[in-house]
Amino acid sequence: MFDLEDFRADTRAWLEENCPASMREPAREDADRCWGGRNPQFKSEDQRLWMERMAERGWTAPEWPTEYGGGGLSKEQAKILREEMGRIHARSPLDSFGIWMIGPALLKYGSEALKKQHLPPIVRGEIRWCQGYSEPGAGSDLAGLQTRAIDHGDHYIVNGQKIWTSYANKADWCFCLVRTDPDAKKQLGISLVLFDMATPGVETRPIKLISGASPFCETFLTDVRVEKSQLVGEENKGWTYAKYLLTHEREMISGMGRTASGDKALWELVADAAGMDADGKLDDPMLRTDVARWDLDAMAFALTSERINAEAKAGQGVGAASAMLKYYGTELNKRRYELAIAAEGADAMVWEGQAHKGGALPRAWLRTKANSIEGGTTEVQLNIISKNILGLG
Amino acid sequence: MVNLVLDDDARMLKDSAERFMADKLPVKELRRVRDAEDADGFSRDAWAEMAAMGFAGALIPEEFGGAGMGHVAMGLVMEAAGRNLSPSPLFATAVLGVSAVTLAGSEAQKADILPRVAEGKLLLALAVDEFRRHRPSQVDTEATPAGDGYTLRGAKLNVADGHVADRIVVSAKTPDGAVGLFLVESGAAGLEVERTVMVDSRNAAILRFEGTPAVALGDVGAGAGALAQVLDIGAAHLSAELLGLSLEAFERTVAYINERKQFGVIIGTFQSLQHRAAHLFAEIELVKSAVLAALSALDEGSERTPLLVSLAKAKAAQVADLATNEGIQMHGGVGMTDEYDIGLYMKRARPAAQMLGDERFHTDRFATLRGY
Repeated sequence: MFDLEDFRADTRAWLEENCPASMREPAREDADRCWGGRNPQFKSEDQRLWMERMAERGWTAPEWPTEYGGGGLSKEQAKILREEMGRIHARSPLDSFGIWMIGPALLKYGSEALKKQHLPPIVRGEIRWCQGYSEPGAGSDLAGLQTRAIDHGDHYIVNGQKIWTSYANKADWCFCLVRTDPDAKKQLGISLVLFDMATPGVETRPIKLISGASPFCETFLTDVRVEKSQLVGEENKGWTYAKYLLTHEREMISGMGRTASGDKALWELVADAAGMDADGKLDDPMLRTDVARWDLDAMAFALTSERINAEAKAGQGVGAASAMLKYYGTELNKRRYELAIAAEGADAMVWEGQAHKGGALPRAWLRTKANSIEGGTTEVQLNIISKNILGLG
Repeated sequence: MVNLVLDDDARMLKDSAERFMADKLPVKELRRVRDAEDADGFSRDAWAEMAAMGFAGALIPEEFGGAGMGHVAMGLVMEAAGRNLSPSPLFATAVLGVSAVTLAGSEAQKADILPRVAEGKLLLALAVDEFRRHRPSQVDTEATPAGDGYTLRGAKLNVADGHVADRIVVSAKTPDGAVGLFLVESGAAGLEVERTVMVDSRNAAILRFEGTPAVALGDVGAGAGALAQVLDIGAAHLSAELLGLSLEAFERTVAYINERKQFGVIIGTFQSLQHRAAHLFAEIELVKSAVLAALSALDEGSERTPLLVSLAKAKAAQVADLATNEGIQMHGGVGMTDEYDIGLYMKRARPAAQMLGDERFHTDRFATLRGY
């Protein structure tokens, strides 16, 4: 207990000293987020410093073992770090599919050589990763993927096409699901492999979305050579690792239903737009009712995330809870943005122009529509709850 | 932050409360008292056993003969009662009455009343509502000083267990316009009690006061503050009951669709039913968290208690409506029969949701407390 209090005091002092003032406010746009990589794009010197200082301590991946460059913190210490960062509204120093997704999978399933090769550069923000999962014919039915890896002794030759690969055009490495046994039942013939995006035969093409942005790509793989040393775990066991990664992804996406620290509450945004009446109530009774119903659900949802995390730590966890959190969190986020644009009215329909931050709100609203599609659709989450929790069908 | 995980003691209590309610006060006990047109509307023998289990005195401080278990613990008993639709004085006496006497009563009144409640020998009721929808600010009942006490004039409705209570706590307005709490004895002069059997086969009463003698419960000036806390406590425990009711209605419905066959297959294999069931599962998970947060906040004396109580009641009421509506729809025709229990769950869900403020009342209050 005493040690944790010391840790808190030290952490607070270190953050005071090392977190630049401009990194103590929420990210407002994509460029405010730091993704690292071989060709990192820093919006400011502060952003670079903040990432490097945190990476130096391993605090970009606080709970990873120090031998792989991580912070080596206990769960309690990591919680204190989060709390202390939240206290000063410190921004995430590094956003990374390496930290969120492939890193945890390597820690659980990867060989010692793969961990040593890949984890330290992830912590330092030197290598940016992308996820080669979905294919044009394999969306919700992910296990139906067709990208083929043919065994050539010490390496595979991979051919196929991936889609919805987030930031593939900016990524350095890819963790990719491929079919290594076309004759096995579809879940049993899949492997998880890693390759450098600079390998000959890898091509990416950004997809323009309804929001106007292009965060996703099509990725074409033509005779791509992948060394056997870059196979994660065992051949044909990839579906197990993929499911583990999907659970992580669901947990990450469900977090979108929560309001980030430092962000205005929805009702404050609505109050700015709609005004308050003489009694101090939102000056539109129907909007007030809708906001209140959302607000109730959002608060109950935040308590539920907290409760499920606490129960998991106390060993009382319910499996498949991440499907419930993903389902509810993403639907909440969509409702949040529907209410935000309703409150802003015509202002929220402005697509370009300085007065409206280049249409930031309608673009963000449109982006939320993907929340209930990516990482397993709402319908897939409901299937998982029905089958794995309720025992139906 | 409020505690959201049950410790081992709480889990043991939950098990024993669930076993007790399932053994002694299951749904068929509700059917029995309903069909027998029981004068009390509950079994006094079962209440004596509940007192022996410590449930009657769960919220009574140990110095007054209770178990002093706190709100999270009592909420588990209410949840178990909700699962089994158990008819008993648990809510009116052990939650509302006890809280009013504990928070507002003088030391002498507490010493007089609480030990007997804990022993199961004295029943209480709280008379607040004067309008058909919960509107606690509307108090037209008048308390006029008379000798050492007061006389009451006015009427209250929807008083749970008002027909059997030995002591009734009544909110009334004093000549200076302040709202205080007053204690009336059953059988007092000028007290007319009209029992109303409700849709859930439980009892509420209309009470008419025609110059009824009463004494102040503690200090009259502190009554309004105490009443506000009592109403929060009551709403939190009704939320716990609604949680138990929703869980049981949901589990019975899932079990039913997992055995009922149509078109040669189990209807639970239909995605249209699966997705509705999965959505309901998620909503009930939210209710669990909100109820636990409200009860924990009460135990901790958190300043966020009113907000969390309104969150819990609004959400529990909304989801109990959904769980029972879906329950009947998914049971199909048999859900409309008196023989199946699912209809009884719907018939308890509505009055429990309305009592002390429905979803709309608490959503409005939540918004106001949030600052909009």
